[in-house]
Amino acid sequence: MKFELTEEQAGFAEALGDMLTKADTVGAARAWADGDTAPGKAIWKRLADQGVSALIVPEDDGGLGGSLVDLAVAHEVLGFHLAVGPWIETSAYLATALPAGDALEALAEGALGTVAAPPHVPYALDGAIADQVYAAGPGGLASATAGTVHGSVDTTRKLAEVTAGQDAGARDLDAAFDTAVLACAAQLLGAGERVLADSVTYVKQRKQFGREIGSYQAIKHQLADVRIALDFARPLVLGAALGEVPVSAAKVAAGDAAYLAARTGLQVHGAIGYTAEFDLSLWLNRIRALVTAWGTPAYHRGVVLDSITRSA
Amino acid sequence: MNLDLSDSELAFQAEVRAWLAANVPAEPLPSMDTAEGWALHQEWEAKLAAERYSVVSWPREVGGREASLIEWVIFEEEYYRAGAPGRVSQNGIFLLAPIIFDHGTPEQQARFLPSMATGEKIWAQAWSEPEAGSDLASLRSTATRDEERGGWILNGQKTWSSRATYAHWGFGLFRSDPDSAKHAGLTYYLFPLDAEGITVRPIAQLDGEAGFAEIFFDDVFVPDADVLGAPGDGWRVAMSTAGNERGLSLRSPGRFCAAADRLVELWKTHGDAAPQSRDAVVDAWIGAQAYRLFTWGTVTRLADGGEMGAAGSVNKVFWSELDIALHETGLDLLGPEAELAESPWMDGFIFSLSGPIYAGTNEIQRNIIAERILGLPREPKGVQK
Repeated sequence: MKFELTEEQAGFAEALGDMLTKADTVGAARAWADGDTAPGKAIWKRLADQGVSALIVPEDDGGLGGSLVDLAVAHEVLGFHLAVGPWIETSAYLATALPAGDALEALAEGALGTVAAPPHVPYALDGAIADQVYAAGPGGLASATAGTVHGSVDTTRKLAEVTAGQDAGARDLDAAFDTAVLACAAQLLGAGERVLADSVTYVKQRKQFGREIGSYQAIKHQLADVRIALDFARPLVLGAALGEVPVSAAKVAAGDAAYLAARTGLQVHGAIGYTAEFDLSLWLNRIRALVTAWGTPAYHRGVVLDSITRSA
Repeated sequence: MNLDLSDSELAFQAEVRAWLAANVPAEPLPSMDTAEGWALHQEWEAKLAAERYSVVSWPREVGGREASLIEWVIFEEEYYRAGAPGRVSQNGIFLLAPIIFDHGTPEQQARFLPSMATGEKIWAQAWSEPEAGSDLASLRSTATRDEERGGWILNGQKTWSSRATYAHWGFGLFRSDPDSAKHAGLTYYLFPLDAEGITVRPIAQLDGEAGFAEIFFDDVFVPDADVLGAPGDGWRVAMSTAGNERGLSLRSPGRFCAAADRLVELWKTHGDAAPQSRDAVVDAWIGAQAYRLFTWGTVTRLADGGEMGAAGSVNKVFWSELDIALHETGLDLLGPEAELAESPWMDGFIFSLSGPIYAGTNEIQRNIIAERILGLPREPKGVQK
């Protein structure tokens, strides 16, 4: 029994974090939103070089054979730094769904892959610019072509309609979906942590009535509640990665915690937080999008209920 | 990273489970805050102690079995899963004993711990005063030196002292140096509640039972042998208790997982009539799982030599609010039957309401989280005499 990250996992997270801290992920995200994907793709390549794309792809299939805990660790860092591009689709869903072969190997080496998996994922994120596009359905996984692109509340998320084509063969699509849900939960956790960290920094520096606003209990207690929510969501994400609880439980808790962080973060920033120019807005809108991405909270609560009323 | 139990831990789990299955009373005991229930709970403590189950993590010479932290959590999980009685000796075992181990003399350890382990002597915490609640260090009860007799004379009043109505001994802080600053000049004393000069006045709680009491001290003599830690060092000594009370030891995950499992069972029979409670049932179950997994993380950290510290405050706010949410949801599912006096859900609910208040209110805990974990500026203090 040892419920904490190994030194390797903690070191991996630190290395990814260090790289992204220096990489101007916010600038890349704003460019991505404006249609310039070059800076974002450069960061994508560096993350792929560090092993994020290949992380859970089996070693025999050209991957690193890492665990779901490794995947959760990486995606928390991606969420913290607002990484752009179809990371959940590539490194979680397709890494699990695709059979061994050239397509999977290409993704492991750094190609961008995306997928629509209705009803929960009706559009393929970044379908218009991805190297590989798929559509998942009751009949399995098919290659697809991207069509009309819709904007999202998160301007970095470009959502493409897809038309299914040839069957692509697939491993277990349910497992792929669960893996994507786990990655999404981990990103929410990371995004929530970032909003909390930035909010703490802000309330320590902002003064009103002659005092830092962070010295008032009205501010302190709200931020303390965010700390509590995130602290209790993390073990569920890691526990889900170990198979201790359904991934849906992790998604619900991480979504609630991140959303609380977003609401609270906006409130303690006041009007400046409500501007598009201030970077906080990027995380607020990312969180709002991810809360309903890969299954809504209502859907996931239903999944949890089914699992506990069956087994209990 | 894994949550796997070792072979010896699994064996311990099986042994505990089998013993509890054979020994836990079929019917719940009457409330420990009644004379009849008190006696039955003390008997249960003796039964646990006979198999060294009352204080599994303690050394063998004082009644324990030197269980590891992991085994302690396993024991607690099994204990609550089995629906075993509440622990009448809880305040002594969890709040006082860790301090006696850390700060007590060998003589004190030998004198107090074995009878605490068997439940023969039940202890009550005497901290709060009418004018000293959250601001505990402003307490006014005094201790005056008595050189001639080699001890101290206690005067003043303590209140909200859980179990003090029937308990045998008390432990608490008194101001032994009126001239020193607020947190200095406090000393930690142990005293029998039938000592000359002590008057205990039971106070009925929200459920009508005398779960706590006021304690009046009128020239109560305490010998030097019953001072815990050094005179004047009481605040530091006491704060090691506060961490225990808030943190891991008082609220084991088994308690909430067992309650969540009962809630799921209640949903199966009552959910059709209360479909709007669906999300609350799910969230309560998720919360209990979060608490279980969080605790394993804490156990891992502590086993590696880490400390609980301010993280105990995160823990305390979470479990106390989870406990209320769990029971509120149970009451919602029961509908108009919820208010019936015989409902265990109502008993649990009334008890859960005390959680955000005792062991440091949740407002104080949030201040601690904000200041010590998030690093926010301390709030300016009011003027104090």
